[in-house]
Amino acid sequence: MPALSFLDRAHTVARPGYSRWLIPPAALAIHFSIGQAYATSVYKGQLQEHFDAGHTSVGLIFSIAIVVLGLSAALFGTWVDRVGPRKTMFTAACCWASGFVVAAGGVALGGTLGLWVVYLGYGVIGGIGLGLGYISPVSTLIKWFPDRPGLATGMAIMGFGGGAMIASPLSKKLMSVYGGDAGHQVTMLFLTLAAIYFCFMMFGVFLVRVPAPGWHPVHWDPAEHKPKKLQTTAHVSAGNAIRTPQFWLLWVVLMCNTTAGIGILENAGPMIQDFFREEGADGIWRSTLDADPVTVATMAGGFVALLSVGNMAGRFLWSTCSDFVGRKNIYMLYLGGGAVMFLILATAGSTSVALFVLLCMVIVSFYGAGFATVPSYLRDLFGTFQVGAIHGRLLTAWSTAGILGPLIINGVLDSQTPVQGPDPENPSGTVDVLTASDYALGLYIMVGVLAIGFVCNLLIKPVSERFHETGNVTDAADGARSVDAHS
Amino acid sequence: MSDQQTGSDQRLEIVLAWTVVGIPFAYGIYNSVKAALDLFTG
Repeated sequence: MPALSFLDRAHTVARPGYSRWLIPPAALAIHFSIGQAYATSVYKGQLQEHFDAGHTSVGLIFSIAIVVLGLSAALFGTWVDRVGPRKTMFTAACCWASGFVVAAGGVALGGTLGLWVVYLGYGVIGGIGLGLGYISPVSTLIKWFPDRPGLATGMAIMGFGGGAMIASPLSKKLMSVYGGDAGHQVTMLFLTLAAIYFCFMMFGVFLVRVPAPGWHPVHWDPAEHKPKKLQTTAHVSAGNAIRTPQFWLLWVVLMCNTTAGIGILENAGPMIQDFFREEGADGIWRSTLDADPVTVATMAGGFVALLSVGNMAGRFLWSTCSDFVGRKNIYMLYLGGGAVMFLILATAGSTSVALFVLLCMVIVSFYGAGFATVPSYLRDLFGTFQVGAIHGRLLTAWSTAGILGPLIINGVLDSQTPVQGPDPENPSGTVDVLTASDYALGLYIMVGVLAIGFVCNLLIKPVSERFHETGNVTDAADGARSVDAHS
Repeated sequence: MSDQQTGSDQRLEIVLAWTVVGIPFAYGIYNSVKAALDLFTG
């Protein structure tokens, strides 16, 4: 279609002198938008009330979206590398916005059928937008920042963590403005978010450019650049990459790092409350944080917000550090350092609130950093050719961890015998609560999970030359052309 | 081929682009820090 020809890769090649510092805002516009996925808890209560559904039925909306994210990133990764970032971002914007519109229709419809329409809209259509949007700017950023890939991908993937920080207060505000019943509030919210995110993502679509063939930063000459031990100057296709042990070792590394982080994030709010309790003379376990249970709940909310900041900051800071210390070394810190943090948390986390908060913040910063650094690790091992497609395939590790992490931590907590604590909603009543010792087993399991990841990271060596592309291929578009020429 | 000097028109473009993404980011950070303060102030 001629009207959409501006989306073609050929029309996105940057003119000489185009500043590479215009690319991170384009990537952030996409990642800030799709990062909304982590803010679904804001309207979860309204959806439960409207559909008269339980936690599981409504929670499934988010789960479907994350699974489809991993699948679409894996399935469409090669297409993303071939057509370039602009067409991919545009497709992601269309899917993400239309997913909200369809989901709004489902909420307006109500009932069981309406909930299924929400699954289709937000979960499936929106999930495809998530997957495409997540990987769309990554390989472009790596090509624009060959000297600092960790910084570049850290900036973009930081946006995914930041998206929820923007969407949460915005959604609360919008729902209070719209008012009415729960269904009306969410319907209007979804339609508004569809419009806002479509416009914001289109800003990224128009801004993004790919560098011209052979471009490099003025102060950085690839001919003079001495690659680090694991950095290759060769290229490996996505098809070949998944046949290498390095891909699967890195898959396990990402899966272990993500599983451990989710273990904390999944239960952050209750965890800080449970870690600081002491038994009274009446056998009731009361918080040592504050005498008022409502204040304790507010403080727990503050802790969760602090972890969001740690998650987002870790994505940028640690990923940037990886440019200097190397990707393998930084993952040794994430996994080895993370295991030590979990161990201290299990043994001494309940001795001091400051220590507990610090340990959790560092753990969550390592969790976020694992996502942000992995595209640069892939680039080091497999080159820039099809790095987006390889990244897409690797994200199935995230989907796996999304199931495994909650399964481990919730399974361990469910197996513990609760004690009685004060009920925040009924001053004279009590509710089942847990204490710090109930978390110990789960935390020790996470130490083991991180140790497995640590060993896998140690085993990563440069990719064998037999997997390298033999032709003169510099990126996926060149690869596509060479395939066309041969066919 | 390499980067040329960034012209003043491009500098304006860079400032505008970063402002567009910086404003929502600042809004998110402000609200998160405000909520995080509850941990210390109760």
